[in-house]
Amino acid sequence: MPLLDVRDLRVEFPTRHGVLTALHDVSFSVDKGERLGIVGESGAGKSVAAFAILNLLSRPGRITGGRILFEDRDLATLSRADMRAIRGDRISMIFQDPMMTLNPVLTIGTQMVETLKAHRDISDAEARRIAIQRLGEVKIPSPEKRMASYPHELSGGMRQRVVIAIALLTEPALIIADEPTTALDVTIQAEIMSLMLDLCRTHGVGLILITHDLAVVSQVTQRVVVLYAGRVVESGQTARVVQNPVHPYTRGLLSALPGEGEPGARLNQIRGSMPPLTAIPPGCAFHPRCDYAEERCRVGVPPLDVIEDHNVRCTRARELIRGVAA
Amino acid sequence: MAFVAFLIKRLLQAVLVMFVISLIGFSIQDNLGDPLRELVGQSVSEAQREAMRDELGLNDPFLVQYGRFLGKAVQGDLGRSYFFKRPVLDVIGDKFPATADLVLGATLIIVLVSVPLGCWCAIRPRHWLSRIAMGASIIGISIPVFLTAIFLIYLFSVNLGWLASFGRGEHLVEIAPGWTTGFLTLDGLSHLILPSIALSSIMMPLFIRLIRSEMMEILEQDYIKFAWAKGLAARRVWFLHAFKNTLLPVITVGGVQIGTMLAYTILTESVFQWPGLGFMFIEAVTRVDTPLIIGYIIVVGLIFVVTNTVVDLIYTMVNPTVRLMGAAR
Repeated sequence: MPLLDVRDLRVEFPTRHGVLTALHDVSFSVDKGERLGIVGESGAGKSVAAFAILNLLSRPGRITGGRILFEDRDLATLSRADMRAIRGDRISMIFQDPMMTLNPVLTIGTQMVETLKAHRDISDAEARRIAIQRLGEVKIPSPEKRMASYPHELSGGMRQRVVIAIALLTEPALIIADEPTTALDVTIQAEIMSLMLDLCRTHGVGLILITHDLAVVSQVTQRVVVLYAGRVVESGQTARVVQNPVHPYTRGLLSALPGEGEPGARLNQIRGSMPPLTAIPPGCAFHPRCDYAEERCRVGVPPLDVIEDHNVRCTRARELIRGVAA
Repeated sequence: MAFVAFLIKRLLQAVLVMFVISLIGFSIQDNLGDPLRELVGQSVSEAQREAMRDELGLNDPFLVQYGRFLGKAVQGDLGRSYFFKRPVLDVIGDKFPATADLVLGATLIIVLVSVPLGCWCAIRPRHWLSRIAMGASIIGISIPVFLTAIFLIYLFSVNLGWLASFGRGEHLVEIAPGWTTGFLTLDGLSHLILPSIALSSIMMPLFIRLIRSEMMEILEQDYIKFAWAKGLAARRVWFLHAFKNTLLPVITVGGVQIGTMLAYTILTESVFQWPGLGFMFIEAVTRVDTPLIIGYIIVVGLIFVVTNTVVDLIYTMVNPTVRLMGAAR
């Protein structure tokens, strides 16, 4: 029984131009203490998936299908009060930009203590003690002093450490991290990522890591889901997907990583860009950008098939594996 | 240390602003007609008038007159009112408590109504109450104060007979020597209500809209989403996390508006025959009581400067990012 089991999740945004479907029947699961990567370009639906789990979709987005089973309960149908009890307690979230995540007019201490007191019946002193301990765990120097600081007194990296400390306050079962290092300096990114990895291991916390960086995913996660235009195009064990990618989109993402080719050589890139939700092409949504697209790719969305050791949504998957497609 | 430096800087700015206001105020003196005509009757000869002008210093060069005026002003002497035959500051001091009552009443009404209503409109923009408030605020902002005032008098005084339509009432309470207030008696309150509502009507829509739009913008911020993701109660997210951030721009605009409201008291006091500064000013203008007019401009200017300075100080207390500017930690 997985900790979180998302089945056929569908998220729609009713707009003036009709209903836009941000997620098409997306399924994935996270076991206890397991780390899952959700990968894709901007607009693929990664963040939508994250916010849908916590029922925090921005208006007018809403879940119109599927189940989000977490600890035997369907989060999609939970009452507002029950959902609030899970948010920040059993499931925490880490946001992308630490400069924007902490409230500028409240001290670090206030923002930590309130989280604990929202979920535990404890005294202020006890809440402070736990908060200081967590600040220590994320390696913030002189944590007692930092409790009285305002966010603007800390650097971006320090703020993200505070956010991680807040996420860990209540010993959650699952942390959803939405591009947690994207907004940070490159030098700090690795530091923050390895800190998160360590803490997830020591606390036995499950992690959903949302990112566009397959290199990070391969270092941190055990399983991966690749999203394109609101659909899963490839998923499976991270090692298998990274070593043996099948879908042309996944292959494109991997070959776009620096470090493979000669120094000074042009990096590979996937031509074109992700279509907006208002203009998803028919058939396989990736076909206008795909080097292997054929006539049949333009009609009918291919199913998500089990191919060798993982799931792939591509009409020509078998040919691609055999290497006959060109 | 940073706070003291900030305070000194603000005080210097305030002095400069007051200097400019006094210069402008004083320079209108020559453009308001001949004060002699008001002071003396038809029977006084031109020679006698000229002698009086000399005696009053009205024939001196502008800068000499202004220097004399400024020298006295810093000692608290703004000259004597031609009409009341008393020092200008005494006359203003007599009228000030009435205006203070009115501005305080209007401010209370604005805060008590616009804060909850503005927040509600931001939190529940599609609710019927929000739609009504938004619609009414457009109408409210376009109706001039004196029209609102006359309508209020017509409805509540003439037709319903509930509230008084003019003056401050008989039963005022003296809370300091020469300072009376109508807030402490029923009679005083019944006289205060209509003028306060009339005065608040022009600022109210602005404040509701300001609070609504600021709060709506803040509710979209990441840190509000994060507050929800932490599982906080809705009350705490709205009224601590969002509202405290909403306050910053509202305080800035609000402080300036309190000063502007003083200007609007001229209209309100005229309609309600309210014995305050605005009413006094209109009378002084019709009587060409130049010292009183200049005195009014300077005192109102001073109130503007003081409220703005106080607002800045409050702002630094609410906003931690301002307070720490230049302060070592």
